[in-house]
Amino acid sequence: CVNDLDVTPIDPNLATADKILDSEEAFYQVLTKIYAGFAVSGQTGPAGDPDLVGFDEGHSQYWRAYFVCQELPTDEAVNGWNDGDLPDISQLDWGANNGFIRQFYYRAIYQVSLANEFIRQANSLGKEEYTNLPQYMAEARFLRALAYWHALDLFGNGVPFVTEDSPIGSVLPLPAGEARGPELFNYIESELMAIVGDTEDDSQVLLDVGQSMGGQANKAAAWMVLAKLYLNHSVYLGETNSEYYTKARTYLNKITSAGYSLITDSEVTDVYTPYERLFLADNYSADSEIIYSINFDGDVSRSYGGMTYVIAASIGGEMTPNEYGMANGWGGNRTTKALVNKFDAADGRALWFTEGQQLEIDQQDQFTHGYAVVKYKNRTRSGGFGTNEGSSDWVDVNVPVFRLADAYLMAAEVDLRLDGSVSAQSLSYLQEIVDRAGVSLPTNVDLDWILDERARELYWECHRRTDLVRFGKFTSGYNWPLKGNSLSGKDVDAKYNLMPIPFTDITANPNLVQNPNY
Amino acid sequence: QEMTVTGVVTDASNGMPLPGVTVAIKGTTIGTITTPDGTYTLKANKGQILVYSFIGYKNVESVIGDQSQINIALDADVIGMEEVVVIGYGTSKKKDLTGSIQTVSADDFNQGVLSSPQQLINGKVAGVQITDGGGAPGEGATIRIRGGSSLSASNDPLIIIDGVPLDNSGVSGMRNPLNVVNPNDIETFTVLKDASATAIYGSRASNGVILITTKKGKASGLQVDYSGNVSVATPASKLDMLSADEYREVLADKFPGNVGLLGTANTDWQDEVYRNAISTDHNLALSGMVVENLPYRLSVGYNNTNGILDESSMERTTASLNLNPSLFDDHLRVNIAAKGMFINNNFSNQGAVGAAISMDPTQVIRGDEYAAYGGYFAWARPDGSPNGNAPDNPRALIDQRVDKSKVNRFVGNAQFDYKFHFLPDLRANLNLGLDMSEGKDDDGIQTLPGAAWDTDAYLRGGGYNTYVQKKENKLLDFYLQYTKALPSIDSRFDVMGGYSWQHFWAENTSGSWFNLPNEDGEYVRDPENLTRNENYLVSFFGRLNYILSDKYYVTFTLRNDGSSRFSEENRWGLFPSVALAWNMKEESFLSNSDVLSTLKMKVGYGVTGQQDIGSDYGYFGTYKSGQPTAQYMYYNSLTGSYDRIPMTTIRPNGYDENLKWEETTTYNVGFDYGFLNNRISGTLDVYLRETKDLLNQIPVPAGANLTNELVTNVGSLENKGFEFTVNATAIQNNDFTWDIGANVTYNQNEITKLTRVEDPNYLGVQTGGISGGTGNLVQIHQVGQAAGSFFVYQQVYDNDGNPIEGVYIDRDENGEFNESDLMVYKQSAPKVMLGLNTSLTYKNWDFSLVGRANLGQYVYNNMASNTGWYNSMQISGEYLNNLNRDVFNTNFNSAQYLSSYYVQKASFFRMDNITLGYDMSDLLNNSFKMRVYSSVNNAFVITGYEGLDPEVSGGIDNNVYPRPRTFLLGVNVTF
Repeated sequence: CVNDLDVTPIDPNLATADKILDSEEAFYQVLTKIYAGFAVSGQTGPAGDPDLVGFDEGHSQYWRAYFVCQELPTDEAVNGWNDGDLPDISQLDWGANNGFIRQFYYRAIYQVSLANEFIRQANSLGKEEYTNLPQYMAEARFLRALAYWHALDLFGNGVPFVTEDSPIGSVLPLPAGEARGPELFNYIESELMAIVGDTEDDSQVLLDVGQSMGGQANKAAAWMVLAKLYLNHSVYLGETNSEYYTKARTYLNKITSAGYSLITDSEVTDVYTPYERLFLADNYSADSEIIYSINFDGDVSRSYGGMTYVIAASIGGEMTPNEYGMANGWGGNRTTKALVNKFDAADGRALWFTEGQQLEIDQQDQFTHGYAVVKYKNRTRSGGFGTNEGSSDWVDVNVPVFRLADAYLMAAEVDLRLDGSVSAQSLSYLQEIVDRAGVSLPTNVDLDWILDERARELYWECHRRTDLVRFGKFTSGYNWPLKGNSLSGKDVDAKYNLMPIPFTDITANPNLVQNPNY
Repeated sequence: QEMTVTGVVTDASNGMPLPGVTVAIKGTTIGTITTPDGTYTLKANKGQILVYSFIGYKNVESVIGDQSQINIALDADVIGMEEVVVIGYGTSKKKDLTGSIQTVSADDFNQGVLSSPQQLINGKVAGVQITDGGGAPGEGATIRIRGGSSLSASNDPLIIIDGVPLDNSGVSGMRNPLNVVNPNDIETFTVLKDASATAIYGSRASNGVILITTKKGKASGLQVDYSGNVSVATPASKLDMLSADEYREVLADKFPGNVGLLGTANTDWQDEVYRNAISTDHNLALSGMVVENLPYRLSVGYNNTNGILDESSMERTTASLNLNPSLFDDHLRVNIAAKGMFINNNFSNQGAVGAAISMDPTQVIRGDEYAAYGGYFAWARPDGSPNGNAPDNPRALIDQRVDKSKVNRFVGNAQFDYKFHFLPDLRANLNLGLDMSEGKDDDGIQTLPGAAWDTDAYLRGGGYNTYVQKKENKLLDFYLQYTKALPSIDSRFDVMGGYSWQHFWAENTSGSWFNLPNEDGEYVRDPENLTRNENYLVSFFGRLNYILSDKYYVTFTLRNDGSSRFSEENRWGLFPSVALAWNMKEESFLSNSDVLSTLKMKVGYGVTGQQDIGSDYGYFGTYKSGQPTAQYMYYNSLTGSYDRIPMTTIRPNGYDENLKWEETTTYNVGFDYGFLNNRISGTLDVYLRETKDLLNQIPVPAGANLTNELVTNVGSLENKGFEFTVNATAIQNNDFTWDIGANVTYNQNEITKLTRVEDPNYLGVQTGGISGGTGNLVQIHQVGQAAGSFFVYQQVYDNDGNPIEGVYIDRDENGEFNESDLMVYKQSAPKVMLGLNTSLTYKNWDFSLVGRANLGQYVYNNMASNTGWYNSMQISGEYLNNLNRDVFNTNFNSAQYLSSYYVQKASFFRMDNITLGYDMSDLLNNSFKMRVYSSVNNAFVITGYEGLDPEVSGGIDNNVYPRPRTFLLGVNVTF
């Protein structure tokens, strides 16, 4: 009767923490959810039971939302879908309530919350005999640091700051600090240093390079985030401190000497170039270069975001989806002439589809305006199909989050910023990159060339907005089609270097302060 | 032998002569009417019977004997006031009611109703808005009583059939949760509107309560009723799209480079998917007494409704048995009701509704060259694969999909009402109920091989989807009632107290697979997705009625509800109500009034709750395992062979441990009035409903929880308005009766709070997804506005009143145009609703009309916004789309989804039903009763709205299955 009101879930997929977290395997599955939170959008896949609510589920997927924020406002990509305020992103004309910025903001902080919960439960329910638990906790801390770094990069130091010590429920988190300030930067740095074993407390440490699985974070992944944090420190902290470039060099050295190498080899059965192999359905095998990836699988890891989005949205016009291992093309993302014109004719990295496409963008909503990008393909290196047999939108292509070529370019950039010139070692790295592309190095490698080369090598890999901001060219000093809602491009207010903290969170949490001029 | 009969007819209460009384010879058409002094003269034969009838008085019959003078005194018949009305846990005389309750019984139901119970009362009850979900057979409806009291939680009223509360979430495979009872078995619909009437149902009563009772056996000889009809439904109107020739012209003008995509046919796709559909309905009921004291009613019904969308249909068989024996000298009354329903639905493919609108009219339907697509035209890619973004061939959508369901449902209860032998004033009532259902696909939802409109299925030889839903809801109610009259102090009272227990349980299974075997020849199925949930409600309730001198009434009710959906601290909710009524007509200053026959004032206050929040475990932290398609994939690179290591995930879910009841406080002041012996009567109610602790899905502070939005108790809203009903008999005499009924409802909904902390800058919660783009929202819940108001850019118009493309007002005047310039603009709910009905009876003929009007409502014309711009004709040269003729008004080239232009006035008047009937009983020598009738449903709509139909649930007009116009011929026979 009245006691009937005390219920526990009867759903076979649902349980309370104490009931379900009764084995090391269960902890591993909770940890895997943090990894999966970067890949899929909910617990059903491709859609259903979403992690975030109030959004289109596909839109709210981590890498899709990140791509929208990192690529669409730059010279590398344009989108004209009539999806709410999405066109504003390509126009650098967003307000504090932009739904697409909001989606990434909540997704990033959600990932932080997931990691916090894992660490909290591991601290309270974990047992001595769960020998791998410390390593799992290090991985959770890495994933939290990664999401925090993305949040810091896009929204600044004023984002809500929560850790495993924060309560769950009706609380109002405090911001890490002011928009440009050291708190979050310092926290991410200290967390990463702890899990790579560079602090006194080395009880929770990531796996060494060569010991991790594909899609699992190892020390090099953490070194990479540290190096990125240091390289961009003047943006985050508001002032330049050469010590940080030195620290960046330290960690980049660890990466370049960890045994990674660029993919340059090929087999006779290969139908794609070594560079293209990094972006194929079987790019799990490109792990000599890819340091950390977010993995997808056509059978078991499905989403309307992630690589499905990146590939399907880039197919339209006269393109044939099947050629790219897809059942459908969504006809959305293309690139601008600003990117296309950076390439030499010989450059093998210029992967465009041009038939029926015009280079000039006269209309934002016409897919045929701007070249289509065919960098990512859901095909295997030998030209076969992945698990979807080419008959669905669910792809196998993993997101190459960090790869060695990026570290090489960063090393050269650090040289230039510290010493004004590129070291012989770094120059040899650059030589490897341009050799693979089939082009040559300029006589004088300077920062401008580095920025352009980063676009050529790393376009559509979600580095561009960060790079342009670091080089001071995101809002002014360099323009591209549609910037400032102008077909030829024009300068925009410097406030756009930081994205706004979504209006909804400013309202829900009075402790937060909006970023300047929004 | 013939003689002349004369006499005077008077009012029995005061002896005054009554003019206008009909005096007729029974069984003939001979009669007369009394003169102003109440006298009459008439020729008649001895032994014949005279019938004296007058509106507002009871009929009197008198046999003509030897005397030629017959004086008659007529007793007033206060219409309806002795009528017994079903209320929560019991019944009440209508005259003793203190709350706002309206009953519609079988005699007053809308006629010519096809298959859905809610249609019986549409337009008949003030304050009740019933919007059918569309024209599909057996379609469900959105029912709103006095506006919605909630934002995120359910706004559906609680529906109780013969004492068994239904679970509102419906049954899979069934279009309508109300489809549990055959409309022909329904005796009454009682709508409880204000809190003093509904509060006895506590936590589920915030949106009103609808009590449905079914017909019962009568203590008489065998009676057989048959009713049947046959009907033809036709598409009432088509959406205004370009014809093939117009389309060719516009394309050649706008996109001459794409004329190569044009076909050679002239196809009206809407004609191709709609049809005239014939439906039949048969009902047979037997009632009587099996043995002494065992009345029964047994009915069977068969309904075969075909929809105007080709292939859509519903075949429904119902069986219902009511037994109501009374035992032990009437001390124990038992009421056993069992209803079984067996439905076969064919859903056809409702995607064809939208496809018929966007498909290029110049293309053929079928062609030999489309053999790969089963012979149906499809937009193809250069490699021959179907273009998944292009509009789908509507005919192929219908022909290449099989989507049928089978639903079995049983609702039964046994109610025992025992009057204590030693204390007959005390009654005990026990009610045991069960509602079980199973809804499932019938042979899989099949996408046939070759279906170009589903690229996955096309590439994998077709596909199957399956689902099964099982539900089992149990009920136990028990109450004691003590009724006592105390003549010494001119008082009556009754007191009732009880306990209720309910358990809701559901299990859902779904799966899908493709026809293409893998290399091992196996058909690989996605693993089945299984979910299961339950919740309990335990309640204690009581009611006290006190009546003094038949003039002053007090009702007090209290319910304490416990729900398993809330934590122990918030589990119990207390819902009180109090109502006072004053029968002013009984007061000396009014009792002598001849004009005023009824005047009663009712004042009520009460608190009701809402716990239908969608989640059964929202208050505690749970961990959820992911489905097999939401895993994460690791690759074991250590071995060099990159073995795939998929891993299931477990997700911690967000929760709000402080989750609790939503509370609605209702204030109601009402009047029942009647004039001229209630020849004109009605009600007037004014109400205010305030909901606080609104269950609302709001953004939680980022980082504070394990989700970004949570259903939590924050905010408040109010509904205020009035309802007025009037029923009048305009004419009544021997041959001719004319009744008129009208009701007016005014309701204004306003959100008064949405955040914990007052924040004037808080925008609100955006809602209202549309077709076109992804994730576009055009509505908002904002403080100070009606829930679901539109939220769009303010369109700028040129001097001729035409919208200028892409030009909107920079509302915040910051020089930038972006989403901060969106504005709240108009509301989707009607401000005023009118219901009108009238019936005329002339001799054996009857004629009735039922109509409704909604005023002050707006609709977002998604049909126009999605297909009314030139660029939508061709997408990157891949395929063509038809255009809405609205493009000639706007000349838009690009989509302007968020333009205020598309928020359009949608007030309307709809003539729901016109019926003409003829009673043939006379012709059959009254050996049995028979009436034949013909009616038209959805006869016409008067509106300025340019879309297909202005009546849209939720305010966004897109892809609604059009409501048909239906012509019906029916017969009712009783013997």
